[in-house]
Amino acid sequence: MRYMLLIYQNEAARQGASERQMAEVMGAYIAYTKAMRESGAYVAGDPLQPSSTATTVRVADGRSKVLNGPYAETKEQLGGYYIIDVPDLDAALSWAARCPGAQYGALEVRPIRPL
Amino acid sequence: MTAGEETRRAVERVARQSYGKLLAFLAARTRDLAAAEDALADAFTCALAAWPEQGAPRSPEAWLLATAKRRAIDTDRRRRTRDGAVDPLLLLAEELHAAAEATTEIPDDRLRLMFACAHPAIDPAARAPLILQTVLGFDAGAIASAFLTAPAAMRQRLVRAKRKIRDAGIPFRVPDRDELGERLDAVLDAIYAAFAEGWTDPAGTLVRRRDLADEAIWLGRLVLALLPDEPEALGLVALMLHAEARRPARRDALGGYVPLAEQDPQHWQAALIEEGEALLRRASAMGRIGRFQLEAAVQSAHAARRHTGRIDWRAILTLYDALLAETGSPVVAINRAVALGEIEGPDAGLAALDRLAGDRRLGDYQPYWAARAGLLARTADDGAADAAYERAIGLEPDPAVRRFLAERRAGLAAAAVVKPRSDA
Repeated sequence: MRYMLLIYQNEAARQGASERQMAEVMGAYIAYTKAMRESGAYVAGDPLQPSSTATTVRVADGRSKVLNGPYAETKEQLGGYYIIDVPDLDAALSWAARCPGAQYGALEVRPIRPL
Repeated sequence: MTAGEETRRAVERVARQSYGKLLAFLAARTRDLAAAEDALADAFTCALAAWPEQGAPRSPEAWLLATAKRRAIDTDRRRRTRDGAVDPLLLLAEELHAAAEATTEIPDDRLRLMFACAHPAIDPAARAPLILQTVLGFDAGAIASAFLTAPAAMRQRLVRAKRKIRDAGIPFRVPDRDELGERLDAVLDAIYAAFAEGWTDPAGTLVRRRDLADEAIWLGRLVLALLPDEPEALGLVALMLHAEARRPARRDALGGYVPLAEQDPQHWQAALIEEGEALLRRASAMGRIGRFQLEAAVQSAHAARRHTGRIDWRAILTLYDALLAETGSPVVAINRAVALGEIEGPDAGLAALDRLAGDRRLGDYQPYWAARAGLLARTADDGAADAAYERAIGLEPDPAVRRFLAERRAGLAAAAVVKPRSDA
């Protein structure tokens, strides 16, 4: 089954991090992604630009409405994602628990609906 | 008895013994509980029609599985022509076919099913009901009435949980050693929740709820049969057996409530106590202590009164200390305060309760106020005792317990009139 791991963390806290801390986190992500690829679970994954770069679009009455900012203002923001292909939820949860982001924020694990 | 009646009974017997096993086998392959339930329900319907004519088959389980498989294939065909998608039921049918060819013995997947139902990704409030429905075949209406929930809400909760198991890919498996402890706790918690629902009907007047206590014990025994070396599973079954043993003593001849310390041990069921004791001994030999073993040990200490004629409050206090360290539960802290009150006097018990007063959850918790009232009644402060009794009465749903508390409250006033007060 395919799952999406949505990585949420506090952007403000991340901006306050030192260069050394940033390098450490980056190294952890590189190792994590590599392990994921080697196990065959990796399908896709990317970090996102901060939520200050987000634009939200809605169409109401046939007219699109564009709003500056993310869909929802929350304490923790969506900062990246992975898509993995694993046998079941337990396997997905164990990948989520190993994600460096789980240490600083939270991961939401969502099964991808097959079409 | 007519042939139809006889068949109905035969089907009911198989349903009771095999329902969970058949459903677990069907669902473990596809993770689709709802589809497996439908296929199995169809098979039972077929049995009711076919068995009076053909006679009950020699292996009813195999017959039902084969029929469920045929039904699954039919449904699958209909569905595939409808939306053209690959259906998990096809997989189910293939698996079933392989199983029917290869083995005569149907593997017992009920434990795996229970782990799926009590998975951390499942709403905790749905876990016990889901286990009751899938392993025991209870219908949603019966479960709703047992858990005092509206049937529609319970049905919703069960449907949602089954959908989550299917769509989120929750596995049907016994977890690996390193996570077994925590995951088993969730299964044991769900079984204990079912037991507690049955236990709250002390007189067993609502047959359905008493059944729930029996069924929970049955589930506990099933876990033991499949995981014989788990001390907490042993502890849970010991705990339930001890509690069940006292059921006949919880009410007097007039239906009045009798608190544990005042129950006549003659009315306890010795065989259940002995069995509980034996399980607890086995558990403690494994050297891995846990919440259920400690709770069972408290029950065991109370049960010892049948030989010694007295309650060893010191032993009970030690057990509650350990339980409190293990769980941090305010309910345990209340019981600990009562035990302390028995050893060091009511003021010590009250001081321990006062330390809990900051916990908002206890404001509406009857046992807190009943414990307070009981301790205050032994001090000179009748006014405070009276107020605590009133609060406890106001929070108690069981009329027999309300009557008991009201009598104690009335006794307070009577005692005040009779004996001269030291502080007066």
